Amino acid sequence: MSVQNKINQQFPTAQIEEKPDRLIISINAESLREFALMLYNEKDFRFDFMRSLTGMDWGEAGFGVVYHLESTDNKHQLELKAIIPDREKPFIDTVSDLWKTALLNEREVYDYFGIVFIGHPDMRRLYLRKEWEGFPLRKDYVRAEGLDMSNEEPDDTTVTWYRDEKGIPQARRYNLFEKEEYVVNIGPQHPATHGVLRFRVSLEGEFLKKLDVYCGYIHRGVEKLCEGMTYQQTIGLTDRLDYLSSLQNRHALCMCVEKAMGLELSERIQYIRTIMDELQRINSHLLFFATFCMDLGALTSFFYGFRDREKVLDILEETTGGRLTMHYNVIGGVEDDIHPNFVKRVKELLAYLPAALEEYRKVFTENVIAKNRLIGVGHLSRENAISFGTTGPTGRGSGWACDVRKRIPYGVYDKVDFKEVIRGECDSYARYLVRMDEIKESMRIIETLIDNIPEGNFREKTKAVIRVPEGSYYTAVEASRGEFGVYLESNGEKLPYRLKFRSTGLPLVACVDTISRGEKIADLIAIGGSLDYVVPDIDR
Amino acid sequence: MEIGKSKKKELVKIKSIPYDEFKNNDYLEEMVRELNENGTNVIVGVLDEAINWGRGNSLWPLTFATSCCGIEFMAVGAARYDMARFGLEVARASPRQADFIMVAGTITDKMAPVLKRLYDQMADPKYVIAVGGCTISGGPFKHSYHVVKGIDQILPVDVFIPGCPPRPEAMLYGMMQLQRKVKLQRFFGDVNKKEVSEREYEEMMKRDMTANS
Repeated sequence: MSVQNKINQQFPTAQIEEKPDRLIISINAESLREFALMLYNEKDFRFDFMRSLTGMDWGEAGFGVVYHLESTDNKHQLELKAIIPDREKPFIDTVSDLWKTALLNEREVYDYFGIVFIGHPDMRRLYLRKEWEGFPLRKDYVRAEGLDMSNEEPDDTTVTWYRDEKGIPQARRYNLFEKEEYVVNIGPQHPATHGVLRFRVSLEGEFLKKLDVYCGYIHRGVEKLCEGMTYQQTIGLTDRLDYLSSLQNRHALCMCVEKAMGLELSERIQYIRTIMDELQRINSHLLFFATFCMDLGALTSFFYGFRDREKVLDILEETTGGRLTMHYNVIGGVEDDIHPNFVKRVKELLAYLPAALEEYRKVFTENVIAKNRLIGVGHLSRENAISFGTTGPTGRGSGWACDVRKRIPYGVYDKVDFKEVIRGECDSYARYLVRMDEIKESMRIIETLIDNIPEGNFREKTKAVIRVPEGSYYTAVEASRGEFGVYLESNGEKLPYRLKFRSTGLPLVACVDTISRGEKIADLIAIGGSLDYVVPDIDR
Repeated sequence: MEIGKSKKKELVKIKSIPYDEFKNNDYLEEMVRELNENGTNVIVGVLDEAINWGRGNSLWPLTFATSCCGIEFMAVGAARYDMARFGLEVARASPRQADFIMVAGTITDKMAPVLKRLYDQMADPKYVIAVGGCTISGGPFKHSYHVVKGIDQILPVDVFIPGCPPRPEAMLYGMMQLQRKVKLQRFFGDVNKKEVSEREYEEMMKRDMTANS
């Protein structure tokens, strides 16, 4: 039985719209819980992977939450819109017990819109300080003047909401950490947290009992900024989210707008974009190798990794002009044609890298200390990986085939033959090895494509002011750390109504608590390093 | 006149890089003029120079990075750009041991008190370099609700390095500018702040420890 028929049968009030790639279903927030349970449990489709969760402000129509679901077995795609008509007291039921990725995502929605999720165990703000006034992504938000320079007060309590007998939502406060617990603060200024991330960990001797993540120290409000920009302006911000996937992030946004406009791209653009994405992936994984090894004390590897990364950057710089924020993809193609030296230099790089990778293997991969510190540490089971939505090398290290390049091919990935690297050990070492092997696969992809770049336009003509037809669009690419998605809702104007970026890093920090419990505190550094999150991408 | 000029050059010299290749020389020359006018004891002056030579050539940065610029800062520390050539390589994770802070990356409203506190924890004499557009003015995020529009609102900045992110060469240039500035300062009676008494120190520590409870 098809998904559509089944839903029609059980929920006659749900509005269903069929799109070529997915179903869009609108329901009222009251029936969300029941609906979600059916989607999750029904054998025929079992939507077990939540790709993205987005809060919405639809003005007069109220607030809303948009869920993007996928079933890993049956490959169905579904977009579920839950509408909350009450603007004064927006309440909705949580789904964080079904999809654990919602744990942090629902807090994000609460932070942005003030939508309270009933049943969520920890309904605090995620990014902004708890003293912050107002909810910034509401359309009628006005920022209070001034900069609060007072130090943050630590707060060990949190709040959870439930319905009493009459069905009225009530709040209940409880302690995250009890008085007698030994709590250690790590970050936000700490060299091993890869940026300004903050953990509070409760310890039992040397072992981790519980971990609490604090985000928001680099929350730049990108999504709100985008709402005040034209489409051509928004693409500049994506480079600065996950700056080690800048080309891929921008690819996702450009592709989303192009698809929405119905713009056809030449083969040449697709080839160039694909090659650039893969160069970026190599660059990112080399940096991962450098920093990850440095975190574990192997300083030599840091210099090796950076030495070879510079070679990739030289190539990228020659064509794009940038080392980190490349600004290369634009809506309708790429900024400029590839440099005349590009093909030659890429080939030189491909000839050079295998020897370097062999060197890494000798220095670090086969190192007995590295093995002892990584094997069996930070076990992330496949079920948890899907539930948390930890895509990318982290998910593939847990045996989950989650590569967007294979699932929903874009660019010219359907024309090249490459292997999706999957390992079943589920530990930090597996995640490390997946990344190392992915460098080789990326090299294979580039090798296949580099000689066959077809002639054609490097940029299609677009209008000076781009207007996207009304509707909602979701596009994803495989960035260096997983699925980077762009959810765009347009009302036909020249500014996007809502632009949400599915962060690759948020699911990764969401799962740190689960996988580090019971491990030693020193292993937290190894686990964090092997997940390889980039903090500005988490906070956006 | 000629003698004066060569003296200036000598004071703000960076090994093997010509004086004229630096910009903003007039700002440093102004500092030299002031120093000359005020005059100083010969012994103190000589000691100053010796100490400044040591300070200027072993500036230790604080490992501090919030976003994109931090990656370029790492690149400056790595093999190709290698800031060790200028005595800057000993990046310290603790503010107590650092001479200057490279504010590399956007500073948000939530981060601002943390940054201020880090700065307060550093020992005098201390310096601040603002790296990248975000720290200078808010950069591409200027209109955001949660970004500080320039860290000069909260810290005294010595050197600004524009760029988004600045190239490693630009960062090296900025750090060398700081070295030149350090070499010109009077150590005794100026940047070397009088030490606090033990009692005052205790009180400050107490305030720091109880600030959060």
